[in-house]
Amino acid sequence: MHAYLARRVVQALVVLVLVSLGGFAVLHQAPGGPVAIYAMSPTMSAEDMERLTRQLGLDRPLHVQYAKWARGLVTANWGRSYRDGRVVLEVIVDRIPATLVLMLSAFTVAVLLGLATGVVSAVRQYSLFDHAMTLGAMVALSIPTFWLGLMGIYVFAELLHVLPPGNIGTIGAPFALADRLRHLLLPAATLGVVMVATWSRYTRASMLEVIGEDYIRTARAKGVSRGAIILKHALKNALIPLVTLAGLQLPLVFSGALVTETVFTWPGMGRLFVDSIGYRDYPVLMGILMLTATLVVVGNLAADLVYAAIDPRVRHA
Amino acid sequence: MSAHAATVGALATPGARQTLSGVVLARFVRHRPAAVSVVLIAALGLGAVFADRLSPRDPIYIDIGHKFARPLTRGHLLGADELGRDVLSRLLHAGRVSLSVGLAAMAVTVLVGAAVGAVAGYWGGLVDVLLLRLTDAMLSFPPIFMLLALAAFVRPSLASMTVMIGVTSWMDVTRMVRSQILTLREREFVLGARALGAPASRILARHLLPNTVGIIAVAATLAVARAILLESYVSYLGYGIQPPLASWGNMLNNAQSYFATAPWVAICPGVMITVAVTSFNFLGDGLRDALDPRHVRSRA
Repeated sequence: MHAYLARRVVQALVVLVLVSLGGFAVLHQAPGGPVAIYAMSPTMSAEDMERLTRQLGLDRPLHVQYAKWARGLVTANWGRSYRDGRVVLEVIVDRIPATLVLMLSAFTVAVLLGLATGVVSAVRQYSLFDHAMTLGAMVALSIPTFWLGLMGIYVFAELLHVLPPGNIGTIGAPFALADRLRHLLLPAATLGVVMVATWSRYTRASMLEVIGEDYIRTARAKGVSRGAIILKHALKNALIPLVTLAGLQLPLVFSGALVTETVFTWPGMGRLFVDSIGYRDYPVLMGILMLTATLVVVGNLAADLVYAAIDPRVRHA
Repeated sequence: MSAHAATVGALATPGARQTLSGVVLARFVRHRPAAVSVVLIAALGLGAVFADRLSPRDPIYIDIGHKFARPLTRGHLLGADELGRDVLSRLLHAGRVSLSVGLAAMAVTVLVGAAVGAVAGYWGGLVDVLLLRLTDAMLSFPPIFMLLALAAFVRPSLASMTVMIGVTSWMDVTRMVRSQILTLREREFVLGARALGAPASRILARHLLPNTVGIIAVAATLAVARAILLESYVSYLGYGIQPPLASWGNMLNNAQSYFATAPWVAICPGVMITVAVTSFNFLGDGLRDALDPRHVRSRA
């Protein structure tokens, strides 16, 4: 177990270094560079541009810039935003709670709904319900999230006037939980749709595999009730491989959150990323890229380790 | 198991000669959503190819007098947008752009993915370890983040969109091809080729890669779906295909502002994306069922 743990951690570290190198290289090789946005300004002279380039350290060789940046990354000094001079870490941390609330609420609903529909699909394999879920899941995986959000706004805000079209809360109003929940409902549902489909499919597949096992037949032969077999014997074991799904899904969920936040003007990390691209705000962009990639790597590592811990069969795989 | 037996029974009608392609075709047609998808994809493809002839109007012709003309009025089957441009004509031409990007990006995805996967799987050792870690690193970036970071710094065009989507999507193909090559390279026919002195390039090109055509076909179909979806995201956010050239994604750019007056401007392009992506996903699903003899999931 220790050897397995050590190997997985080393692998994750190598991946993280590659991630930082790749992201840094791409953003810094890009044409224009961070000072390009000032080139348009009539008040900036050529000397000003040069001074700015020197001041930001952009005239030094890439590997020097990377080394400086990487050192800062480890010591929690992520530099300052090119846009407004604020500390990058602060800019990003400010946006994390909104993204976290959105992702967690979508995730919770998706797992519960996905497990329920997946189990029913497996138990009633090839029934009308199962076929409908298969079709529904494929469509859900194919709908562009931003369009789903737009349609949600159209129906519930524009036509029915029952939900707000965007924002995290009513502007100018004091904090109220009910108001926040009303604003959360549409974005969370939009982000949750893709996740429900994946969870439902994986649960179905995993359940079907377990239901075919000998110990299920034994339980049935002993006269255990159908409900007890499905919930206590089958589902409990079918859940084990699903642990890794939570980790595997993270990149997709982050992407979905970025789009959802943009559609619903939700003040999260994804929208910050889109805004920062417009300003060529490299430090903020790199910060968010590194943070999301790190979370994905750590999430996958954690999921694999939990999987190995609860299922002794995979420990030495 | 019973489903498997039923399939085999139905196919093995006595007296009828069975060919491999016949069996595959029969399996494919049994997967009804996939069969329907082929028809839908053909329709979308024909619409894109003959967009010029089928379009009632010039897709970029601005006619302010027809601003927000309702569907089925004044010669606009699906209405007109904020500049009075005909939505149907734009959808057909946008289909050309979105489907081309989807297919071309798939080609890049498959070429890069298969090459990396074949090299990693065949040579193994340190090469494999490095390429595998690189694949993992690429997979840790959320796809939209990576694509936007690239798209924002390159002058957007059909070619740049295609390359960027391909370059950020090859990892799944790599994993599939690599694992297939790993099992194939230990087989006797590869050993035989090696004993006869065939160079690695020949073994890969003539013996190994042809045996991965099945999984590559499946991966390629799913890659088209993914590419169409990614193009729509990036174009919707304004960093992809640029107007006046229409793509299904960028037609939705400002649609949100016109909900009250012209919902059809927002509804139509999204329906097209959903139909196209769902069809390619189902097609990939059907191909997987049809090409893999162990993978019988009769869904009929």
